[in-house]
Amino acid sequence: MAGMKFQTRFGKDENGNGGMVVKKKLSKYLLGVVFIGLGAIICLPVLLLASGSLADSLEWRQRAMGYLRDNQEYITWRWIPAYPTLEHYKRLLFLSPAFFRLFWNSLGMTGSILLGQLVVAVPAAWAFAVYRFRGRNVLFSLYVILMLLPFQVTMLSKYLVLQAVGLIDTRWAMILPAIFSTFPVFLIYRSFAGIPAELLEAARVDGAGEWQSFIRVGLPAAQGGILAAMILSFLESWNMMEEPLTFLQDKSLWPLSLYLPEIAMDQAGYACGASVITLAVSLFVFAIFHDALEQGIITSGLKA
Amino acid sequence: MGLKEKDRICKTKKLEGSGRRKRGGSRGLWFLAPSLLGVGYLVLLPTGDVLRRSFTTALSGQWVGLANYGNVLTNPAFRLAAGNTLRFLGLCLPLLLALSLLLALVVCQIPRLERFKALYLLPMAVPAATVVLVWRLLFSKQGFLNAWMGTHVDFMGERTALLILVGSYVWKNLGYTMVLWLAGLKAIPAQLTEAARVDGAGRVRCFFRITLPNLKGSAYTITVLSMLNAFKSFREAYLVSGAYPQEDIYLLQHLFQNWYTKLDMDKLAAGAILMALALGALSLLLQRLWDRAGDESGG
Repeated sequence: MAGMKFQTRFGKDENGNGGMVVKKKLSKYLLGVVFIGLGAIICLPVLLLASGSLADSLEWRQRAMGYLRDNQEYITWRWIPAYPTLEHYKRLLFLSPAFFRLFWNSLGMTGSILLGQLVVAVPAAWAFAVYRFRGRNVLFSLYVILMLLPFQVTMLSKYLVLQAVGLIDTRWAMILPAIFSTFPVFLIYRSFAGIPAELLEAARVDGAGEWQSFIRVGLPAAQGGILAAMILSFLESWNMMEEPLTFLQDKSLWPLSLYLPEIAMDQAGYACGASVITLAVSLFVFAIFHDALEQGIITSGLKA
Repeated sequence: MGLKEKDRICKTKKLEGSGRRKRGGSRGLWFLAPSLLGVGYLVLLPTGDVLRRSFTTALSGQWVGLANYGNVLTNPAFRLAAGNTLRFLGLCLPLLLALSLLLALVVCQIPRLERFKALYLLPMAVPAATVVLVWRLLFSKQGFLNAWMGTHVDFMGERTALLILVGSYVWKNLGYTMVLWLAGLKAIPAQLTEAARVDGAGRVRCFFRITLPNLKGSAYTITVLSMLNAFKSFREAYLVSGAYPQEDIYLLQHLFQNWYTKLDMDKLAAGAILMALALGALSLLLQRLWDRAGDESGG
């Protein structure tokens, strides 16, 4: 393909003003190369981890000697380890009960949150998108503001209520607030708002009740947006950090995302492996739903 | 994709808001009820309690009026953190929004690049702790950057810490924001730009006169989501250097976290209310701007 581009570079097209056209083509080509190159650079850190997870502990100790002893020696790097090994994965998957427990903690927590959000946020988004009840605008603005508040701002109020109902130091301290997060409502709202009013009217004329319109018209039409919101929620819950740090003293309840920071640098290979496994679950979700995510982001980005 | 998608987007845009149910709207409350109850109980009610606490002392619960607010506003740590947070947002938001828009324009010009967007979306999935591991390899005193430059600078302990934080924010959110912009770009009817080009408007003129004004609507959503993600950068900052990082990246979130650990609940309450008010005002302002933009472009 590159050859073809360069051939036309020195030729002229039928109109005789070849210079312009070729220049444009060439600049597009270069632009494309830059775009892909930048994308590759952006992915480098992930490759760094993957490669690092295959180097054995001894090699890591040699590589990071300077860092560990805090002297002048630089960390060295080889993309292909001298003695590639799966020892870190073996240790993580078969010899670390803690890792395993935290992995299931994360999975259970994330699953519960997503399920709860489906039940709570989807109908709420439908209400905002389809009905014009009194106080709708005020409530919607409130939801947007709540979504924007960082955890540290709502930390105290969350603590107070969780304390009052005795949920501190239980899984519910993380699950319950996340279920009622207003972020998915905001995202899904856009997909529902995009449904043509005629479609809703038609359903109504056909005698569909409110509930039936929601199930029969709303849900199928907003499928993509709902899925995208769920993927974002998944990434959010899977990587949750502040909530468990604040509300969970019992380390046996911790999610996987808190396991990684606990590993010291002298076990860098092990840390890379743990990172890769944590990341792998996200990537798996990502790979399956990639197109849906993009489509969903597109509907959520539209002005509505 | 392409025309069909564009067509669909245009249609929904036109119909938007024309025939929504105004009568019987209160029936919609049934759909909202579960969410509203939860939000009310978990967020709004306790926020009332926080508001009350912001007017009382932490230990004895005595009414002190606005004293806590005064303490917070004159607190040097609060001023430092508020300034840092503003500067961080002021740096990273424009940078991310401009860079991702540029990339979106490139993809719009060369549709064949669509399938490489995934490269840019990948960092979204990377957990904060993993980012920190990479930071250590790259920016520590013995890291790759120092090895490359032949120096021994602790980049995370110097003023460069802010740049690293901004950089990792852009790295993480570039793809997501680009896809959002792309959606906005695709919703602009092609006839508009074509007509302008026929009238002899140059590429640059076209961008500023046609493309940019038509993007105002999506800009609201994109800004709100980018701001939301900016607050998540705290995780990386916290994991890499704990509760007291380099002075430039000591954010309001660090401060609040520290007040929480030290049980300074009166300050935390007043601070939280102040920040909630500030963000609320900002969000309403953005919404106002957005509504006006919507009227102007006739959407």
